[in-house]
Amino acid sequence: MAIEVLKAGLATTVQDLGRPGHYDVGIPLSGAMDRFALRVANMLVGNDEGAAALECVFMGPSLRFSTDALVAVTGAELPPKLDGVPRPTWTSFAVAAGQVLSFDYLRRGARAYVAVAGEIDVPLVLGSRSTYALGALGGLEGRALKAGDVLPVGLPGGAASVGQSVADDLRRGSQTATALRMMPGLYHHRVTPDSLDGFFADAWAVAPEADRIGYRFRGGRPLAFVDRRPPFGAGSDPSNIVDSCYPYGSIQVPGGTEPIVLHRDAVSGGGYFMLGTVISADMDFIGQLQPHAKVQFTPVTMDEALAARRERQATLDRVRKAMGAPIEGSDTARLAP
Amino acid sequence: MTVTTVACPLPGTFYRRPAPGQAPFKEIGDAVAVGDTIGLIEVMKTFMPIEAETAGTLQAFHVDDEEPVMAGQPLYDIDV
Repeated sequence: MAIEVLKAGLATTVQDLGRPGHYDVGIPLSGAMDRFALRVANMLVGNDEGAAALECVFMGPSLRFSTDALVAVTGAELPPKLDGVPRPTWTSFAVAAGQVLSFDYLRRGARAYVAVAGEIDVPLVLGSRSTYALGALGGLEGRALKAGDVLPVGLPGGAASVGQSVADDLRRGSQTATALRMMPGLYHHRVTPDSLDGFFADAWAVAPEADRIGYRFRGGRPLAFVDRRPPFGAGSDPSNIVDSCYPYGSIQVPGGTEPIVLHRDAVSGGGYFMLGTVISADMDFIGQLQPHAKVQFTPVTMDEALAARRERQATLDRVRKAMGAPIEGSDTARLAP
Repeated sequence: MTVTTVACPLPGTFYRRPAPGQAPFKEIGDAVAVGDTIGLIEVMKTFMPIEAETAGTLQAFHVDDEEPVMAGQPLYDIDV
């Protein structure tokens, strides 16, 4: 079974839950920017939660199916159409051989996930099918889809059925986030206390260049730095540090002007100071922010961050229960960021 | 004559010119053929051409050059 790409969309890529474990050698996590939505899309079509699906950003592709298939679209409200006839999101639907799946314009959110029963069967690279386009790794030939591509689909293994749906209150991330929770550190001491208060008070708008590597924000006041004698190797720019590791979710502010939250395809280290790290429970919400959307950064404690992670986990468990998907076996996923 | 309003297919920044200092792709009153570029949307460091899906005469722009635009927002009017 295969899917022919008629139109590619803006930057449609194959993504699963990513390839953790290689950040030390500079290979990023990759994987879906909204991992909750990816998991649910897979469950709706009877795949393993971590199966490979398509991530469509802002604009959907046009896809022709060579055989019958079971499909679900979750995440952003990017209305699917089958031969031009609307189909619901967050609900599995049947596609007949020869039919074309296309999408109406984006109504809400930023990234939609298209799961197909049997998953998008591109080769595993370092344990993942995710596309890391910057490194030309994984996915389909290490790149975003192009018109004329043919996507291989595996054999459906699950027992999913047409019309399986997710209750509205379990469609996590379907409302646009207005606050991102973050833990200050490790270098927030580099800015003055007044300046840090200003950072939390200001509204920050998503810059149009925000992508899978990092989400850049602008519109808040520039940061004021504490005077220092530059440590050896840091250079004279007050926003620089001696090189350090960059965690997933860390917020760097080059020059003190525009914060960048590092996301799934980020570099693993460098010399910009980090004001804090967005908590893992809120990283999916960033993946659904459109350009010009405004957010505030809210400082939280480690206890609050862990409580938020448990809450996300509980929501996922409710989805699993509602769909009869296995809850056990996800213990590693529970601990992963 | 029927005037149709065309919505922007994706969010980003709208450009009416291929590059700064160059002439706009289309002016109001210009004839438009299917596949003609009306403008560009810049998002994620990518410039996505907005191509006409119907032929006609360009009547109006609803978004100014270099202005932010959201998906679904009216972008231009065409008299078909």
